[in-house]
Amino acid sequence: METLRIEGSSKTPDVNFDPEKGVVEIKGRSIPENSIEFYKPLIDWLNEYSEKPQTSTEVNIQLEYFNTSSSKCILDLFKKMEQINEADNSNIKINWYYESDDEDMLEAGEDYDAIIKIPFKMIELEDED
Amino acid sequence: MIDTHYFYKKMSKGNILLSFKGNIEPKLLSSILDIMEKKLTNINEPSKIKKKIYNVLVECLQNLYHHIGSTSVIDVNQEKLEENEKSAIFMVGKDDDCYKIFTGNQIPTDDVEGLKLKIDKVNTLNKTDLKSYYQDILNNGEMSLKGGGGLGLIDIARKSGNKLNYSFQKLDDEISFFTLEIKISLN
Repeated sequence: METLRIEGSSKTPDVNFDPEKGVVEIKGRSIPENSIEFYKPLIDWLNEYSEKPQTSTEVNIQLEYFNTSSSKCILDLFKKMEQINEADNSNIKINWYYESDDEDMLEAGEDYDAIIKIPFKMIELEDED
Repeated sequence: MIDTHYFYKKMSKGNILLSFKGNIEPKLLSSILDIMEKKLTNINEPSKIKKKIYNVLVECLQNLYHHIGSTSVIDVNQEKLEENEKSAIFMVGKDDDCYKIFTGNQIPTDDVEGLKLKIDKVNTLNKTDLKSYYQDILNNGEMSLKGGGGLGLIDIARKSGNKLNYSFQKLDDEISFFTLEIKISLN
């Protein structure tokens, strides 16, 4: 299966899903008006990956901004990962990155952590200022 | 009630970062967000505050974009609506101890009661309850085709950390004007 790479834009994040390394990364901002359209290929990729995943998968989410339209789609991604993890197909690790002063982004990670049955590792990044 | 005259005076003193009235189109939204982002990099506030302002602005503008001109508008007054249905106003201003974002748009008078209930509910919740409410809607709420599935106002309230001020002005039986004021405190 192929690596999914999408270059970020002013409204959408960098995406790097690598099936060989078992690494799933989303970085940047996710504020499109129509997030379902953007996230569909990501969900499709995970569906395919779930059939033959690596023994461990690392998920890195490093978002600067995301809108509520994206939040549901991101939850769908995590739910898919939860399924893969529960089926014992792959040991999934989720790293949620946030800038040190960005409490809102930390809270957003905590929201997903509360819903998803995979523990999130919250990783604080140094302030850009 | 929102004191627009007060803000008008503030605006004359140059405390408005951005104001806009007109049609809300995707390309325009992108331009506005670009302008606002550039303006925010130049203001002397902690990045935490800048991020909040940008985040809330994104949510407000996309709310306007998704809800303006919704098809539930009755066609009795078609002519009047065609002219105005996609038109909205918004402003971002700075007060002594906070930033304020105002949005104003027409909505069907029939939708006033439902929207009012929604905002009132959000306003009764404290920080912890808002968090649970958000998680509940995120996890169990129906995803609308528009995307947000009712999370927008909850998210705005959470990020703002203040009660949402609003007003409805009935223009006629079909159309009302909805104003929302969001306050982002500086400390």
